[in-house]
Amino acid sequence: MSNRKLNLKDKYRLLTRDLEWEYSYRDYEEIFKQESFEGIKITDWSKWEDPFRLTMDSYWKYQAEKEKKLYAIFDAFAQNNGQQNVTDARYVNAIKLFLTGVSPLEYQAYNGFAHVGRQFGGVGARVACQMQSLDELRHVQTQIHAMSHYNKHFDGFQEFPHMHDRVWYLSVPKSFFDDARSAGPFEFMVAIGFSFEYVLTNLLFVPFMSGAAYNGDMATVTFGFSAQSDEARHMTLGLEIIKFMLEQHEDNVPIVQRWINKWLWRGYRVLTLVAMMMDYMLPNKVMSWQESFEVYFEEAATSLFKDLARYGIEMPAYAATAIEEKEHLSHQAWSIFYNYGHAAAFHTWMPTDQEMDWLSEKYPNTFDKYYRPRYEKWREMEEAGERYYNPTLPMLCQTCQIPMGFTDMENPTLTSYRQSEYDGERYNFCSDGCKDIFDHEPEKYVQSWLPVHQIYQGNCGGAEMEDVLGEYYRINLGVDNLDFHGSPDEERWNAWHNLQPAEDKLKEAS
Amino acid sequence: MSKVYIALQDNEESHYIVEAIEEDNPDSTVIYQPAMIRIENEGRMVIKRETVEDKMGRDWEIPALHVNLITLGGNVDEDDDELTLTWND
Repeated sequence: MSNRKLNLKDKYRLLTRDLEWEYSYRDYEEIFKQESFEGIKITDWSKWEDPFRLTMDSYWKYQAEKEKKLYAIFDAFAQNNGQQNVTDARYVNAIKLFLTGVSPLEYQAYNGFAHVGRQFGGVGARVACQMQSLDELRHVQTQIHAMSHYNKHFDGFQEFPHMHDRVWYLSVPKSFFDDARSAGPFEFMVAIGFSFEYVLTNLLFVPFMSGAAYNGDMATVTFGFSAQSDEARHMTLGLEIIKFMLEQHEDNVPIVQRWINKWLWRGYRVLTLVAMMMDYMLPNKVMSWQESFEVYFEEAATSLFKDLARYGIEMPAYAATAIEEKEHLSHQAWSIFYNYGHAAAFHTWMPTDQEMDWLSEKYPNTFDKYYRPRYEKWREMEEAGERYYNPTLPMLCQTCQIPMGFTDMENPTLTSYRQSEYDGERYNFCSDGCKDIFDHEPEKYVQSWLPVHQIYQGNCGGAEMEDVLGEYYRINLGVDNLDFHGSPDEERWNAWHNLQPAEDKLKEAS
Repeated sequence: MSKVYIALQDNEESHYIVEAIEEDNPDSTVIYQPAMIRIENEGRMVIKRETVEDKMGRDWEIPALHVNLITLGGNVDEDDDELTLTWND
């Protein structure tokens, strides 16, 4: 009971220093085999400090409190038929994308931290990784639990782990994590602690979750904020390991800079999905993608890189491209998914007039000029009974695995296209960022499992689209996919609320 | 100058924490968004246990902040009496 008298600093010191022992009959290199091969030089692990000085007793205490609050809300949501009180059924498609695209990453993060937590010689870093590993397991569990309620009332939730490993657009987040987990332990920490936590989750779990709240989704906003409260700790850990590496040895600086460049871009490309969730999948709007990006990417990154300047770390060159793309990204992403709406496990749709006006207001330089005319054409086709679906398969970027739908910011009507040759083969990229990442580690990225290549090679269930989408991806064709208008989701929603189906409205209008 | 920030869930307990932050960081800006409260300040922000306890009228410890915390930006330093966020410019 004497530990009650200890203060936070003493408790943390005892946990992370006093429990360590000297290795007397085995070589250090034999125990921590992965600590040196990346070229990172650590001279003194005792300099590692967790800024929160979190100890196990306080970890369990506050995590338990978070869980109790969270599950009280899940219960209330389910008991009160919360699924009927979201703004409209289109919104739920963002949650389908979340469960299939993001929750499995939490599981990958749990695996990843359990692994690297074993690889570091410093006990402070090992303890921090162990706690983060437990956090990530909590996130995947609470997310599946929250969304299992939607699975009872909407289509497209039933096969999320199967889909995550196979479906074309899910290879974007999946390959991001595979890339991180197949790197060394220090690179993994930069990839996840910095890129995933700092760049990605802050945009996904803060402005998007605030949007979920504004759309009546009590369960999602609560798991989102509850997860992000752990992520705040993870971001701090990510920043700490970067500073720690930079302070340990000057030879670490160029290695860390290259990882930051790479992972800032990798994380930003995965954010493409979040961009369209913000601008297109939240019927009640809180803020645009551009506005969120300015606060949580531009402003946050500028502060961070000013802070790291004392170590000689600079803002990555690709950040400028990311900033230029902010007025285009969500529209280009939504266009890709609308094109391939038959091959997605969620529904797509054209924005309403009111929604298009909101997009014009939020994107005065780009929406009316580049995207509205295309949308109006697609809407006309839909009204004529010829809803547009692209029957061909897209070329994918070898690095980020996104279809080559991004355009050149100097000429936004021209597809951005880069190419490299390696070992007699040509490889295609969406950007300088993705090309440079490949050029530095071609042996790694030539192995990318590109969904389109795999389909053409006959590895995805067969030669017909139905074989791939139905058998191999396990999409319920005609139920999970296609336009929201005319979907069983829409029909159920309208029945709950005594609404007229959109199709009847269209018929009446014509 | 760079802005440090903290975002808290919009709930009863957080309202006292926000009051305390405003008192200890008079130049800070409080932004209310759906379900969350974001507080920003140039360069530095401090959350003091004593001020929060004073607002709540009961004991409160700094790690309890995590229960209502959503996210933060800045270098963190935490001890028994306060949590500070800072950016070096």
